[in-house]
Amino acid sequence: MSAAEQLPVLLGTAWLLPLASFVLIVFFGPRMGKHGIYAGYVATAAILLGCVLSLYGLFGVWISENGVYDLAAEHQEHAEEHDEPDEGDEARATRGQVIRAQQPDAAEAEDDLPPDSKRFHFDTSEHEGKSGTVKAFTGDWYTLGKFGSLQVTIGYYIDSLTVLMFCMVTFIATCIHFYAIGYMHDELHDITDHEVTLSDGHHLHRHGRFPRFFQYLSLFCFSMLGLVIAGNIAMVFVFWELVGICSYFLIGFYIERKSASNAANKAFIVNRIGDFGMIIGLMALFGSLGTFSFGNWFDDQGAEHPGIFSQVRPGEQEYPYRLRTPDGMVKAAAAGEIAKGVEPTKEQVDIWRRDFSKPNGYGRQAYWLLIVAGLGIFCGCVGKSAQFPLHVWLPDAMEGPTPVSALVHSATMVAAGVYLVGRFYPVFTPEVLLVIAIVGCITLFLAATIAITAVDIKRVLAYSTVSQLGYMMLALGVGGWVAGMFHLVTHAFFKSLLFMCSGSVIHATHTNDMTKMGGLLKKMPWTGYTMLAGCLAIIGAGVPFSIGLSGHYSKDAILAQALWFQIKNPLYGWPFFLVASGGAALTAFYMFRLWFMTFVGQPRDHHVYEHAHESPRIMYLPLVVLAGFAIFVGGSLPFGGDYQGLAVQGLLEQARPDGTVAESNGRLIPTLHYPSEKDPKVHRDVHKQAELVAFGTALAGLLLAAAIYGLQLINPNEVRNYFRPIYQFLVRKWYFDELYQALFVEPTLFVSRRVAEFDKKVIDRFIDALARWARIVALLDDVIDRYIVDGFVNWFAQWTYSAGLQMRRLQTGNLRQYIVFIVVGTVGLFVLMSFYAFANATH
Amino acid sequence: MNVLAQPVGVSHFLIVGAIMFVTGAVCMATKRNALGVLMGIELVLNGANVNFVAFGSELLNPDGIGLDGQLIALFVIVLAAAEAAVALAIALNFYNNHSTIDVDRADELKG
Repeated sequence: MSAAEQLPVLLGTAWLLPLASFVLIVFFGPRMGKHGIYAGYVATAAILLGCVLSLYGLFGVWISENGVYDLAAEHQEHAEEHDEPDEGDEARATRGQVIRAQQPDAAEAEDDLPPDSKRFHFDTSEHEGKSGTVKAFTGDWYTLGKFGSLQVTIGYYIDSLTVLMFCMVTFIATCIHFYAIGYMHDELHDITDHEVTLSDGHHLHRHGRFPRFFQYLSLFCFSMLGLVIAGNIAMVFVFWELVGICSYFLIGFYIERKSASNAANKAFIVNRIGDFGMIIGLMALFGSLGTFSFGNWFDDQGAEHPGIFSQVRPGEQEYPYRLRTPDGMVKAAAAGEIAKGVEPTKEQVDIWRRDFSKPNGYGRQAYWLLIVAGLGIFCGCVGKSAQFPLHVWLPDAMEGPTPVSALVHSATMVAAGVYLVGRFYPVFTPEVLLVIAIVGCITLFLAATIAITAVDIKRVLAYSTVSQLGYMMLALGVGGWVAGMFHLVTHAFFKSLLFMCSGSVIHATHTNDMTKMGGLLKKMPWTGYTMLAGCLAIIGAGVPFSIGLSGHYSKDAILAQALWFQIKNPLYGWPFFLVASGGAALTAFYMFRLWFMTFVGQPRDHHVYEHAHESPRIMYLPLVVLAGFAIFVGGSLPFGGDYQGLAVQGLLEQARPDGTVAESNGRLIPTLHYPSEKDPKVHRDVHKQAELVAFGTALAGLLLAAAIYGLQLINPNEVRNYFRPIYQFLVRKWYFDELYQALFVEPTLFVSRRVAEFDKKVIDRFIDALARWARIVALLDDVIDRYIVDGFVNWFAQWTYSAGLQMRRLQTGNLRQYIVFIVVGTVGLFVLMSFYAFANATH
Repeated sequence: MNVLAQPVGVSHFLIVGAIMFVTGAVCMATKRNALGVLMGIELVLNGANVNFVAFGSELLNPDGIGLDGQLIALFVIVLAAAEAAVALAIALNFYNNHSTIDVDRADELKG
């Protein structure tokens, strides 16, 4: 079987297994063993099997088909050949249902591009290799419906990013399932929830919900994998919403707690705002391009139709895979001309496309449409990935159980937004990328500063997550596709590790408050040291120019790309690098503040300290496994025969969207240059500078944290008093909640109250009047019914009765009388008839 | 027209039948004895039979109803026999219950 046949089956099965587990638990959950304990095993088995299938898909199928992407050779070669640009750019035709890897692409100034845009080409064919290397497998499993040109299908788009995401999601989910069996142990019997006080003053007493937890977890895994494998935007949207609803269920798992139900609502509503933009983006794409599909698709006759990607970046032209306003959008812009009877031939469309000079030129309008589509999609990602200004829901989402925070709200679901930006990367114009970079930059800084002052251990991690997501967005926004996606993968490992460690601490101490912890390292060595590994990974610890933990590689890649962007755009590129490197220092500071406050020093609360204990083995073994990954996932495999040199970065290079190797320029902002991430210069000079800066800032942050919280050279209270206004500002989370409360919630409530008043005073009164009137009519009806209709019926009955009474007098029971009646009657009739006959006869 | 002066014809039979009928009817209306009433019934029926026979006679009434008249008469006789059997049974039962066959006492079903 070829990879094209194997991969959809393997990944499709891995995708559907959690759904099967979900259905099983929904119907039989509480009956699975005592208190439903087997529900946990069923869900874990499903995701474990999915993980095995995904790993086989990666190692057994993908790599044997496509080989290992050799990063080291690429760097080497770039150093030698970077000044020998190659003009060759043959576009590979797509064959069958398989998109072939592109040949080197070149960024080329279009006729109407500003004259100063630089020409830059280089050849990557030798690494992408063997011509005919498969880039992506696309296809449809099932067609849900066809409505004219609209085809709604369940399809797949599998490239190395999909395979990698499958492995990452299923692997982390497996660890978390195991961990959750331990963590959710309390739910196996009846629970008294001390955080909920009922109206009668007692605490809430309820049944355990162990199966329900795993049921949601399974549904979530299914949705997340569906989102990753989706072959069209309609499917993306469906699974996008499904992960949203799973997140809602899981945040509100302790639904009786007011804070949990509020947080669940907040997450859901804030995400709806983002999804509104996303729908606009999807409709802009579908309305003008006429398809939902990412890759090319085939109709019933077997004819090939271009998908979104090949419409935006067509392969067969002079400059392959360069972003071009798609024909559909140009035609949409020029709809007026077409309605007037102008034939939209290929040449005519090209003329319209170039019409960029006037503000209302068709080319410009169409380009704006493309920007709207990109911004709309990004808007959805802002909601899901908790970017500024929709970041407010994620910290509150920590009300959910900690395994959920680890899986859903740090490692996978919130990364879905970043994933989608990565997936849609070919569609984003440079202007949209700039917006993405700005949003990521703001988010990164904002969240990092808030994390410094938070004292709730999970909230520190939540803001850290927001901040790291900002890093990813920033990386994608400055053109670092691989850097951003790479950080997504490494972050998933160390952040899930950190969350699970914090869960272990909370499990032991029964509090989230770091001010009550301290000195726990002796009590919980496994948790403490694995968390140290996680902290070192997230701050990007490592030796410059040689090796480091996973975060070291990904953060360096981001900083290098930000610096590269700054060099190319000296005018407005500098804040990105500045904030990114400053953020690195902040990250180091708040992570080690957390670690020192929790594990080192004197216990602050002896009661808590006495009761702390190491978690059961089922909880700390996943920590050890994840810690191993958090340390090593950034590097490449130093051994392993065929797999030698395998690295996440290399895998991502194989999935790099067509056309992003090249440099590109903004068209609305002509001075905006997007440098190529694979420019050899990045590897020679920029990377080294960035690495030094990253090392220096991280070290500074770490030392400051150690000075304040580890060695206690500086009293944090004094610092706090010294910077009291700033401290207050950060503790209140930049007053975002208050701002949104004042800007949106209060006006909404105000309007609602007015509407309620209107309802009560006008509509209700009108309804009341109607009711009163109806009552009067009913009374009248009653009179008519009672005295006229009933009266007639009763009269008739009365009459019949009295007639019967009269008649019974005749029936005397005297036989002889009857005979007389008969005789008299007969004779009488006879006489009458005779008269009648006589009368007739005479006439 | 003097009937007595005529040769015997249909009219004479009709007169005899009418007399029998009226006698029977009066008998039914006046007798309190159930058996007397039964006898009155027989008289009424046979009065009617006389009419049928007369109308059916070839000799007296060549253009009449023919043998149908005799047949109906036979039918009525059979009917009368059956009726007499039933009526006698009723009378017996009535006697068993009331120790009398006075029909005036049989008024329990009156309205």
